[in-house]
Amino acid sequence: MTPVQVIFLLTSLLVLGTALMVVTAPNLVRSALWLIATLFSVAVVFVLLEASFLAVVQVVVYIGAIAIMFIFAVMLTRKVMQDTGPQTNSNWWLAAVFSLLLFAGLAWMLSTWGGFGAQAAASVPETTIVDLGQALVSPDAYILPFEVASVLLLAALIGAIVVAWDR
Amino acid sequence: MGFLNDPILFIAEWLSALLSGWGLSDGLINVILTFLGVFVVANFGMLYVIFLVWLERKLAARIQDRLGPNRVGPYGLFQTVADILKLFTKEDTTPRGADKVVFNLAPILAVFSVLLIWAVIPFASTWVGTDLNVGVLYIVAVGSIGVVSTLIAGWSSNNKFALLGAFRTVAQLVSYEVPMVLSMLVPVLLARNMGLNAIVQAQDNWYSVFFWMAPIATLIFFISSIAEVGRTPFDLLEAESEIVAGFHIEYSGAKFAMIFAAEFLHAFTISVLTITLFFGGWQGWGDQFPIVGWVWFMIKSMLAYFLVVWVRSTLPRIRIDHMLNYNWKFLTPLALVVLIVTALLDRIVADNVDILTSQGQIIRSATLFAANVVIAWVTVALIRRRARQRPARVPVAQPRPVARPPEASTPASS
Repeated sequence: MTPVQVIFLLTSLLVLGTALMVVTAPNLVRSALWLIATLFSVAVVFVLLEASFLAVVQVVVYIGAIAIMFIFAVMLTRKVMQDTGPQTNSNWWLAAVFSLLLFAGLAWMLSTWGGFGAQAAASVPETTIVDLGQALVSPDAYILPFEVASVLLLAALIGAIVVAWDR
Repeated sequence: MGFLNDPILFIAEWLSALLSGWGLSDGLINVILTFLGVFVVANFGMLYVIFLVWLERKLAARIQDRLGPNRVGPYGLFQTVADILKLFTKEDTTPRGADKVVFNLAPILAVFSVLLIWAVIPFASTWVGTDLNVGVLYIVAVGSIGVVSTLIAGWSSNNKFALLGAFRTVAQLVSYEVPMVLSMLVPVLLARNMGLNAIVQAQDNWYSVFFWMAPIATLIFFISSIAEVGRTPFDLLEAESEIVAGFHIEYSGAKFAMIFAAEFLHAFTISVLTITLFFGGWQGWGDQFPIVGWVWFMIKSMLAYFLVVWVRSTLPRIRIDHMLNYNWKFLTPLALVVLIVTALLDRIVADNVDILTSQGQIIRSATLFAANVVIAWVTVALIRRRARQRPARVPVAQPRPVARPPEASTPASS
């Protein structure tokens, strides 16, 4: 095994372990902290794939914005200091069945994929950011999804202002 | 001459020659040299804090007409060393009911988030930890780890003042991240690159320094990064008169020292970022020799740091609603306008003149500077018009009597 493979295996273990802790930790804020650990490990996976831009965006968006909003909302809405309890309710077996089904489906799809023996490309091209930026705004690539997402975010922004407006 | 010209590279080459002479493989030598580099940069940062604390106390004292530290060593130079030794001998307390793991993790994350920024800062043309091609975005990402560290420090302390400090922190840091990121986009746009060393190399003349092309963005970046550090006009997260010491109220000894060191180092780091993004970093006369570039880097960043200390020791703390209004109603719209105008004008200029020649650079700087002057003038005119209107007072809360005499007990009514 090469060092990169060892690091990849360790990171995958970290992702799975911390993700399990997210759903089983008895304290809500602790779950959110485990979620940060999970998202950070996913960023490490992106680094291993030499996708530095995606890794950094993962940290900015998921840890810098979403996880902090989670923690903030949890802190504002619940009894922060002493709120602990079981993380499962009576539907836990249904969730377990569906996750197992999803896992089995994904495993089956992966088993039919033929690219396991393929060699990785020697190096990733340097200008990925420029290509990504141009793909996002060029008419024959992703301009429509990009704009639709922007309109959705704008609607959410206006909605937040309308809800908070003191009339 | 090789050593005097570029000592870091000289030592690195000498070490790698020595190690390969011992029969180590190239990959291993690379790993060892990388770890040594990390060690040197991290320790330079942490040791420099000792000097920075002394400097800040001395400067603040002079500005406020005091003497400052003057007992330990010449000019009180060793005062901080004594303070640190004392801090490390203090009892390391953990409050009852605190979340121990998270409580101990928070100071580590605080130092970690600041030192990680130093990994991408170009100290001289060849002295840079890693020249990431997404350097600016990386700085934003690492800054968010700092927010997490403050938040979990406040939460895990099991103290309501600490928790209040954490709430204020999130409100402030998340808000001020918006204009900071928008103003950091301006140099990225002007340099056509996200790597910090490429941004510095794009500012290779006194007239092509990005401050001339984006003075408003420079100011916005400077102000919002002071707010990101939580220094004095924006130090609501540790307002002593309201929430005692904010998020680090329960920390003692070495852990307090770590949070404190992270804050001071962050204050220096924002001045370093300001000069790297807007004032040409290590560029200066004679910067083809890396050591001269390093001297320029230190001179510029110390001047910016002086400004940070000056602001800190002069201004009073601002109120929390003023702080949020200032960000959302002034800095963020202004940063958006500056970003859009710069993007449009720079594209027009770049299409018409060759911005790689010195004449083209002068035209580019002059155009963008004029546009910034117009934006500043319009902003000031708008503010003046608003200030001349009769201010409509919006009370935060209606005043109500705290205690009312109960009617049954008054003898007159019975």
